[in-house]
Amino acid sequence: MTIVREGMKIISATKKRSRLRGENLPDVTFRLVALAFAGLIVLLVLAMAIAMAKSSWPAIQQFGLGFLVGRTWDPVFKNFGALPFIYGTIVSSLLALLLAVPVSLGSAIFLAELAPAWVRGPISLMIELLAAIPSVVFGIWGIFVLNPWLRTSVEPMLGNNFGFFPLFQGPMYGLGMLSAGLILAIMIVPTITAISREVLMAVPNSQREAMLALGATRWEMISKAVVSYARPGIVGAVVLGLGRAVGETMAVTMVIGNRHEISASLFAPGHTMASVIANEFSEATYNLYLAALVETGLVLLFVTILLNALARLLVWRIAGGPKGAQRE
Amino acid sequence: MSGATEGVLVERLSAWYGRVQALKEVDMDVPPNRVTAVIGPSGCGKSTLIRCFNRMHETISAARVCGKVILNGVDIYSPEVDPVQIRRSVGMVFQRPNPFPTMSIFDNVAAGIKLTRFHRGSELAESVERSLRRAALWDEVKDKLKDSGVALSGGQQQRLCIARALAVDPGVLLMDEPCSALDPIASYKIEELITELRGDYTIVIVTHNMQQASRVADHTAFMLAGEDGIGKLVEFGETKQVFTNPRDKRTEDYITGRFG
Repeated sequence: MTIVREGMKIISATKKRSRLRGENLPDVTFRLVALAFAGLIVLLVLAMAIAMAKSSWPAIQQFGLGFLVGRTWDPVFKNFGALPFIYGTIVSSLLALLLAVPVSLGSAIFLAELAPAWVRGPISLMIELLAAIPSVVFGIWGIFVLNPWLRTSVEPMLGNNFGFFPLFQGPMYGLGMLSAGLILAIMIVPTITAISREVLMAVPNSQREAMLALGATRWEMISKAVVSYARPGIVGAVVLGLGRAVGETMAVTMVIGNRHEISASLFAPGHTMASVIANEFSEATYNLYLAALVETGLVLLFVTILLNALARLLVWRIAGGPKGAQRE
Repeated sequence: MSGATEGVLVERLSAWYGRVQALKEVDMDVPPNRVTAVIGPSGCGKSTLIRCFNRMHETISAARVCGKVILNGVDIYSPEVDPVQIRRSVGMVFQRPNPFPTMSIFDNVAAGIKLTRFHRGSELAESVERSLRRAALWDEVKDKLKDSGVALSGGQQQRLCIARALAVDPGVLLMDEPCSALDPIASYKIEELITELRGDYTIVIVTHNMQQASRVADHTAFMLAGEDGIGKLVEFGETKQVFTNPRDKRTEDYITGRFG
């Protein structure tokens, strides 16, 4: 109801303003229609959150905050804790970022600054095609190509050389957190690359010339003038990639191994919030089970919002530059 | 301050953008430690000419140059010369002020010094202060060196860019219509500054403002694009002579406002 009251306030404020500005009827109508649509989006998100909170209510009541820190997920004994999935989502997404960001930035810089025009077009097209591949295809490729390769080559290599890290210990299945992180990385590279490239290409030429004229090499020009100018946009691109990694379901479900446990090793199978929902909702035979899954979805929603807010803050804090900086 | 000991000697300089020729066989002897203005109507190749003096012209794709530009006895276009080194001894100020928006005022001025990597913190601060004083900006910004450069007014931004260019101790300073984006008062301050710097630097300033050229320049070059659209040097001499007693009919027509 507060929303309706707020809306009325805005409408009356709008009326006052429009009278002051001497706006005519079409303008006012347009403003109201636009306001209605904008409001609709807010209402949709709220309605979704409310509906999810309602159907997960039994689980919220039963486990309270324990749901977020509980490490057991046991449908037989009706005991549900989502920590393994929260952990899985965070680890697989961070791993994906770690692998994808350097590759994406490298290719974006290559495409925007270094590549000759005849290379730029085809490569950009291929990167965009990569983004258009359905995630189930990535999943199938993961199962039949990536996982055997990880099992027979990559994981033994990591285990033999870096086995003293807990990250690279334990049995090597191919399926697991490492596999999920890699698939996610491949899936978010096109997003981060395409947006970063656009952002880099939007940097005004005057910035490049200013740095070159000071006696900068091409590399110094790119790193000191171009990338730092484009930094807010690049951070935005990374956040979008992260958003995709956090929410990605199909491909991850197919390669992560689906186990309800937290393991320090990247070789071990796990679960993400998205994958556990996709995997188990059809088996949720009683109300509390279903409620627990929906609550996992609710947590996923909040994690996504939180990550986005955090990233937004980072953009403001880090990329804002020195006091008083503003873009032309 | 390392004053320039020599000027810029230009011999049969031609320049192209792809297939389009922009400059044809310019010969010119820019005197050291003086201000030289390059005037002429739009599209006559004045900017192209001075962009050949620090090898900025070739940063545009498919652009190329033929001829010689001799600086301190060395042809800057000979194969063993590194354009990066040339740009450290030939500074440039552009049409629109272009400070680095993510850097503070201090870092903007220090940007060029930091590229050379031979600096200590205290020396850096000294060079920054000296450059800002030279650019007549120190008193206006000394209390807000950590603020962003783009928070300054347009004229202050342009003087910041001049300070940035001076910070690496160039012998030659190229200015490509430095006042065209500024209001008259800010332009006046830049002109005053040019007069101050005269004697310590070889300054080449492109301008389409003839009053400005006559006010600040010791020598003036008049350029014009021919029937073929290719820019050529029409006349080069002492400013007083070019404006009061031009040798070429076309120069006279231009400065008396008959065209352009």
